[in-house]
Amino acid sequence: MHILDFNKLSLRDINKTLQGSDKNDFFSIRNPKGSHALAVGINKKIAVKVVGSVGYYCAGMNKFSDIKVEGSAGPGLGENMMSGNIHVTGDVSQYAGASGHGGSILVDGNASSRCGISMKGVDIIVKGNVGHMSAFMAQRGNLVIFGDAGHALGDSIYEANIYVAGEVASLGTDCIEKKMTKKHLSNLENILSNANVSDYNPDTFRRFGSARSLYNFKVDNAKIY
Amino acid sequence: MCGIVGLFAKKENISANLGVHLSKMLESMSDRGPDSAGLAIYGKPLASKTKITVQSRSPKHDFQKLKKFLSAKKEISFSFKIHSTHAVIKLDVKQKDQVTNLIKDSFPNLRILSVGKKMEIYKEIGKPAEVVKRFEIAKMKGSHGIGHTRMATESAVTTLGAHPFSTGEDQCLVHNGSLSNHNSLRRELIRKEMTFETENDSEVAASFITYRMNSGKTLKEALESALVELDGFYTFVVGTENGFGVLRDPIACKPAVLAETPDYVAFGSEYRALTSLPKIEKAKVWEPEPATVYFWGH
Repeated sequence: MHILDFNKLSLRDINKTLQGSDKNDFFSIRNPKGSHALAVGINKKIAVKVVGSVGYYCAGMNKFSDIKVEGSAGPGLGENMMSGNIHVTGDVSQYAGASGHGGSILVDGNASSRCGISMKGVDIIVKGNVGHMSAFMAQRGNLVIFGDAGHALGDSIYEANIYVAGEVASLGTDCIEKKMTKKHLSNLENILSNANVSDYNPDTFRRFGSARSLYNFKVDNAKIY
Repeated sequence: MCGIVGLFAKKENISANLGVHLSKMLESMSDRGPDSAGLAIYGKPLASKTKITVQSRSPKHDFQKLKKFLSAKKEISFSFKIHSTHAVIKLDVKQKDQVTNLIKDSFPNLRILSVGKKMEIYKEIGKPAEVVKRFEIAKMKGSHGIGHTRMATESAVTTLGAHPFSTGEDQCLVHNGSLSNHNSLRRELIRKEMTFETENDSEVAASFITYRMNSGKTLKEALESALVELDGFYTFVVGTENGFGVLRDPIACKPAVLAETPDYVAFGSEYRALTSLPKIEKAKVWEPEPATVYFWGH
């Protein structure tokens, strides 16, 4: 295990070390003190443990690596991630997993607004609540919410599955509740077992997705123009 | 962009070092606002006294003249303390209106930044580190304080465009965001006899809250009406005689983090602003909800 300490190294040095590391290396990062853009652009299968809270854009563009934050994360966690796993033991701020193509994000606490905005294949699991406009324009992937969802959940959603165990404040345009089929239940179980989450009751989850009514232009609206 | 900080002391160990903590918090938000910075500090009130904070572009000349002018008025007893471009005049609460009117009438170059039993406002152009050094903020004590680092978007980089904006006696506001209907709102408020020093959008928000509170609304009600009337992005922190309040617009894209321990409540635009505080790793840290008024008071 390599220790990288913010009290001794700059953010740039730490990111350079992480990005230039060998496959299967394990790093422990100390004293991040809310630093921005930590552990971004990694494209090797390494493990990174961050001891403390981080700022904006942590683990952005992640590919292959496993990143664990023992603390909370600021806005833009795992933005546009391609693969790998991110685990935050605290809360995450706005737009976690935005436009993520693959991999998974597990948040033990709450996520605030716009969680999974424009997600394109990433799986996001939030053990707490999510804020308003989560899964806005989501295209692929799964958003699993153990707690409550804020207003306008899944607004303008194309595809993607949203599973919610708690209350939903309101659904966004074109987002509807859908039947939890066997196929979707096993999908949910797969996502959670991949993330090593076992303490849940699958029966408490409801499924939401796209009504697909925004896919095509409605000719009735032509007269507006 | 802009950065906001706030610190509310629950215990003496925090209030004795309020200036030290706020200085560090403000400096940590330099990236978010390198143009100018400001603070409102709430110190101990003195019995039947009030404080007027004035600012001048040529402090050496203006402050000497003002001191001489006030000394010549035998009925006014006051103390006068200069902090760089600012001066704090302490006087009997009964003479407050007389002196503010005298300053307004006879010293057009002086700006009254604040009036209050507890509050003093310090703000200037420059990097936050330079501003806190200039006013020796680290030496100041108090029950609570709020601060702002500015990256100007809506109006010029001037001292008066810096935050906090006073919204009445012992009340002030700092703002991160931008308002889109500030021009029409300013015209409306001018018709209601509110006055403005700048073209700044945040000054309109401050004036709006002052107007509502002058019309008998509570701070909570005034902030709730801001949710209806103000169009744009905002995270506000509002300082009052007893504490501070926080409000984010319903979209809440401007960041905000709160932290609470048995010793203090702290606000920061980012978690970075809070990392210098004692025992922050044990604090309850959370993000305030959109369109929700929060308040902590003594």
